[in-house]
Amino acid sequence: MQFFLQQCLIGITNGALVALVALGYTMVYGIIRLINFAHGDLIMLGACLALSLVSAFGMAGGGMAATWLGVALLVVLCGLFCGGLNVVVDRIVYRPLRNAPKLAPLVSAIGVSFIFMNVGLFWLGPSDRSFPELLPATNLLAGEGLQFTAKDLLVLVVVVPLMLALSLLVKSTRLGKAMRAVSQDPAAAALVGIDVDRVIAFTFFVGGFLGGAASVIYGLYINTIGFQMGFQNGLYAFTAAVLGGIGSIPGAVVGGLVIGLVRSLSSAYVGERWTGAIVFAILIVILVFRPEGLLGRGTKEKV
Amino acid sequence: MTGQHHTTRDATGAVPLRDRVLAFVRERWDLVALVVLAVAPLVVPALGGALGGQVTTLFIYCILALGLNVMVGYTGLVHLGIAAFFGIGAYLFAILTVPMYPFQMRFVTAAAVSVLATAGIGLALGAPTLRLRGDYLAIVTLGFGEVVKVTLRNLEQITGGMKGLNPVPPPGAGLTVGGINLGLAFAIDPRWFYYLALVTLAGVVVAMRRLEHSRLGRAWVAVREDELAASAMGISATRVKLSAFAMSSAVAGLAGCLYAASLSTTADPNAYDFNRSIMVLCAVILGGLGSIPGTLLGVALLVGFDTVLAPWADSAIQQWNINPSGSSLLSFSGWRLAIFGLALVLVMRYRPEGLVPSRRLAAELHEAHP
Repeated sequence: MQFFLQQCLIGITNGALVALVALGYTMVYGIIRLINFAHGDLIMLGACLALSLVSAFGMAGGGMAATWLGVALLVVLCGLFCGGLNVVVDRIVYRPLRNAPKLAPLVSAIGVSFIFMNVGLFWLGPSDRSFPELLPATNLLAGEGLQFTAKDLLVLVVVVPLMLALSLLVKSTRLGKAMRAVSQDPAAAALVGIDVDRVIAFTFFVGGFLGGAASVIYGLYINTIGFQMGFQNGLYAFTAAVLGGIGSIPGAVVGGLVIGLVRSLSSAYVGERWTGAIVFAILIVILVFRPEGLLGRGTKEKV
Repeated sequence: MTGQHHTTRDATGAVPLRDRVLAFVRERWDLVALVVLAVAPLVVPALGGALGGQVTTLFIYCILALGLNVMVGYTGLVHLGIAAFFGIGAYLFAILTVPMYPFQMRFVTAAAVSVLATAGIGLALGAPTLRLRGDYLAIVTLGFGEVVKVTLRNLEQITGGMKGLNPVPPPGAGLTVGGINLGLAFAIDPRWFYYLALVTLAGVVVAMRRLEHSRLGRAWVAVREDELAASAMGISATRVKLSAFAMSSAVAGLAGCLYAASLSTTADPNAYDFNRSIMVLCAVILGGLGSIPGTLLGVALLVGFDTVLAPWADSAIQQWNINPSGSSLLSFSGWRLAIFGLALVLVMRYRPEGLVPSRRLAAELHEAHP
């Protein structure tokens, strides 16, 4: 029982991280119907920047308060970096393709992902790099039982406020309203005076910002980064987004948590090496029986 | 842009020889290429060595890409897991032929069985998933690719895990025709596999051409263009898509058989991962969706870039001593991914129909915008 609970806890923290990445996929898909293949690699670049900053400022030797402050700063900096990069890529690569056939932006995204990977290869080198352990692995819970370390706390401390902020942004601000409008019907949104391109750019920024935050947490939580980490993690996150219903923000969160739980439980009970197969098998089954995902609205193919 | 070729006439009114030759090459590029490739091993001694093996692999990728082209090009279904079917073909073929299994079939029998079985697996995946919208179908194929890769790696008792299955016997092992021990010949001289792959490729090209203009091929294109309109004309979209799925899988399986036979091993499961799928997809898109010459050119460019140009440029850089410190920034292959990615982005931006477009797609993409 205890073992099971421990695995669930690991699953939830992992899942929160996956959800943060999944949000980036789901927001971009929701607004321009593009599977942003480069998102995982964008996060890899965020992790590169985080590692460089940590090494440059010698953060590994600070006190407790200084460390948490530093982490907060890292989250903001990497978030801005990834968000900005995402906007630039949208402006240069995807915007000219707005009216192109659907395949064109998808293939371009694959191309961008390759370019990012190459940048990461130069930044990190071909082998995996270890990310310094800034946070102690001491148990925060009393007693011998469950393990809940500062790292796990970090994930929740960063992810939960970000998600709350995001849902506030989308639900209650003018810009959020504009985002929802564009996602429903770009042409109609443009007709009522919404600057569609700006809203799309903003969406890319927000998705990228969340990805940047995720990259810092990833480094601190997993402690190993490499130039190929984007693909695998991006795939899991994308699966989470589809599972929850792509385009739906709460769906991405739920999907992320489910994927996190499935991963940790299957690693614990079936074996680590089957995890990938199980996750994707679930994805296929979900898509076959409930293609709109857990929380997504059914969309009718337009004629 | 018109593809018209204006022949110039000299003073006597005759078409100069050079122009006539050019016109012939333009018209019958396939025959010319076939003859050149068929004669090459007799003239170029290097093809009897490692280069022969590389070119054989190139032919095999061409077959694989033509298979993918059925789904992505003709039918317009994005498929991100073609390497899985390539792998299934290779592994089935290996299981049917390697000494550790009791089957030990002949080359042709084993190939036929594994091609059919691969098509069956394609049908089994396609049947429940084909009603999904385009993007979701892409993800299902991607997920399937990962599942297959993980399964091949983990079912060690059956697939040999990371070691793969070997030795896959060469075609005609133990068979003697006209005083030549066929198996031995295949094992020693790569030119035998070169010809086998070339002949298979030519066969696939001919079959694809016939298919393109057949009732089924036209139905594929109709479903791609407008599924609703096609169904209104009495085409069963599901059946047409399923047949495309099966055909793609079958051709990919065929490529897998040749691959396993020519390497005499299935290689490790990572040879059939997402990167391979994407590379083949890129080749098809780069060359021109739905265009047979485009697909072949795309594969030649991408594979040629990887196996010929990149090593050559690297050694050139080393020779001229441009890069004494050995920095990866100054090695050509260090930029491989970026060049790949940039090519994809630029092609999508400026020439989305590909380098050698199919006529229909080019016309469609360059319609005047309202």
